[in-house]
Amino acid sequence: MNRLPILRARPLAAEADDNLNVNEPLLTEWLIAFLRDEIVRRRGFSKAVVGLSGGVDSSLVAFLLARALGPENVYGIRMPYRTSSQDSLDHAALVAKATGINMETIEITDAADGYLNLCPEADGRRRGNVMARVRMIILFDQSQKLGTLPVGTGNKTERLFGYFTWHADDSPPVNPLGDLYKTQVWALSKYIGVPDVIVNKPASADLIVGQTDEGDFGISYPKADRILCYLLRGFTALRLIEMGFPEAEVAIVKRRLDSTHWKRHLPTVAMLSSTSINDYYLRPVDY
Amino acid sequence: MKIEVAVGQIKPRKGEYVSNLRRLGEMFEQIEADAPETQVLVLPETVLTGYFLEGGVRDLALTRSQLFDDLLRIYRECVQRADAVLDICLGFYELGEGKYYNSALYATLTSEIAEADSDHPRASILHVHRKFFLPTYGVFDEKRFVSRGRTVEAFPTRFGTVAVLICEDAWHSISATLAALRGAQVVYVVSASPGRDFGGTHVGNVARWNVLLPGIADEHNVWVVYAGLVGFEGGKGFTGSSQVIDPWGNVLVLGSAIDECLLQATVEMEDVATARASSPLLADLEAALGDITMELEQIARNPHRA
Repeated sequence: MNRLPILRARPLAAEADDNLNVNEPLLTEWLIAFLRDEIVRRRGFSKAVVGLSGGVDSSLVAFLLARALGPENVYGIRMPYRTSSQDSLDHAALVAKATGINMETIEITDAADGYLNLCPEADGRRRGNVMARVRMIILFDQSQKLGTLPVGTGNKTERLFGYFTWHADDSPPVNPLGDLYKTQVWALSKYIGVPDVIVNKPASADLIVGQTDEGDFGISYPKADRILCYLLRGFTALRLIEMGFPEAEVAIVKRRLDSTHWKRHLPTVAMLSSTSINDYYLRPVDY
Repeated sequence: MKIEVAVGQIKPRKGEYVSNLRRLGEMFEQIEADAPETQVLVLPETVLTGYFLEGGVRDLALTRSQLFDDLLRIYRECVQRADAVLDICLGFYELGEGKYYNSALYATLTSEIAEADSDHPRASILHVHRKFFLPTYGVFDEKRFVSRGRTVEAFPTRFGTVAVLICEDAWHSISATLAALRGAQVVYVVSASPGRDFGGTHVGNVARWNVLLPGIADEHNVWVVYAGLVGFEGGKGFTGSSQVIDPWGNVLVLGSAIDECLLQATVEMEDVATARASSPLLADLEAALGDITMELEQIARNPHRA
C-alpha cells in the first residue's frame, strides 16, 4: 500500500495560550495613543493621577502614562492603610523611580478608621470596601487639586470576576487595562519594563495580611484567563470540559462571571418613559 | 489617463462638524501648497462628525446638498489657485427622503474662476452611495440609527467609471463584484474600523483589511483606494491604515494605524486593462452571469429552505 502522509489539524486545547498572546510593541503603542487621545485630546487634561499600589496593574499604568504624557505630568499616589505591607510601598516607590513620575503618599488609616471604629463588627470584606472607597475619594480629590484626570487600573479578569469594589476601583473615567486579562497585563508589564519583583509576585489586594487574589478565587489567573477567554467567545461550559478544562475550574469561573454582571453596569434605573436615558435617549460617552 | 489621488487620514472631533470642516479647509490649503497635482481627495467614513454617534445621528445628519454647499464654500475660501478643481469622496451621515443613512458623497469642487471657464468641469455632486451592509453586532449598532442603502452603483467621473463602498460593504465580496460588473475601474472604500485583537503582527481588523482590499483589487483587476479613520472615540480606536492598491493587488502606499497622514499615489487607469488581459476573471464572471442570476433568484425565492 502506498501510504499518504496524514496531516492532522491541531485541536483546541485547554493548555494553549494562543488566544491570550499579545503583540506587546503594537499594544503598547496603541495604549499610549489611547491615553493621549482620551486624556489630552478629548478631555483637555495634560496630567494624570494614578493610585500606586505596588501591584502589577497600577505599575503598568504608571509606565504607560509616563510614556504617553511625560513622567513629569504623572502623579502616583500611594495610599497605605496601617495593615498594608511594606513591600507594597517599596514596590510603588520602585515604579516611581523607574518611570520618573511624581510620587506622593497619603495614609488612609485615619480616614478609614474614623468610620470603621464605629463599626467594630465589620468583617474583612466590609473593611476592604471601605478602604477602596476612601482611596477613591482621595484619588478624585487629589486629581481635582492637581488639575489632573484619575486613571483606572482594573484589568479584564477582575472586572469579569467582580473582584473589585463597585464605584471605587472601577470609578476613574479612563482605564487602559480594562480589556486585558491578567496574564496579558503580566506579559505587557514584562515588555515595558515593570520591575521583575512586581511582575513575579503573587497578585494581592493587600487588604488582609497574606491575602492573594488566586487564593480568594480558588484558581490561578492563567487557568482562569484561558477559561474566560473561551466563555466570552461563546463556547459552552460543556465544550470547555470536552477540550480538557477541569469541570471544577470551569464551574468556579462561570459562577463568578454569571453572578457579577451587575457590577459591570451603572445602577438600575426604573424606566418610565420612551425617552429613558441609555434606553431610548442614546448618546455616546464622548458626544 | 492617470488620476493623482490623495487620501486624508484624519481624526475628527466628535460631533463638531464646523470644526472638522475647518480642518478639512486646512487640508485643502496643504494640498494646494504641498501636493497641487492632486485630482481626487478621499476621506474616511463619517469624517466630519465622528462615527459612533448613536442618537446623535439625528443632530448631525445633513442632506447631500447641505454637505456639498459647505464643502464648496470652504474649498473656495481656502484655495488660491484660479484654476483649482478637486474631486472629493468622503463619508457622512445623510438625511434624505425622511430617513437617515450612512453615506459617501463623491463631488467635484472648483474655484469660482474655474467654474466660470467652460474648459473646466462644473462643481457638482456626481454620486452618493448609501451603505449597503450596516454592521449591527458587537460594538456596532448601525441598523438602529440609520437605514440601509439599496444599490451598489458605478458612476462616470472625468477620470473614468468608479464606485464607492463604505466599510462593511467591502467585507462582503459581492459588493465589489457588483461594482466591478457595473464597470468600476476604481473602487473607493471609505471606512471607520475600530481596532480589536492584538495577538498578531497587525491589529486584528487591519489584518482582515490587508486580505480583503488586495483581494478586491486582484479578483476584479480594479484600483482600490481605501481611506480609514484614525483616533479614539470613547475608548474605541480606529485603525487608519489607508492604502492605495493597484489592479494586481499590490499595496503602493500604506498609512499609519494610529496617526494622521496624507497619502499620495498615481492611479494609472490603463493598468486595469493590462491586468485584466492576463487574468480575465471579470470577463469569466460576466460570461456566467446568466447562470449566477438564476442561482441567486432561486435562492432568494426560497430563503427558508431546509
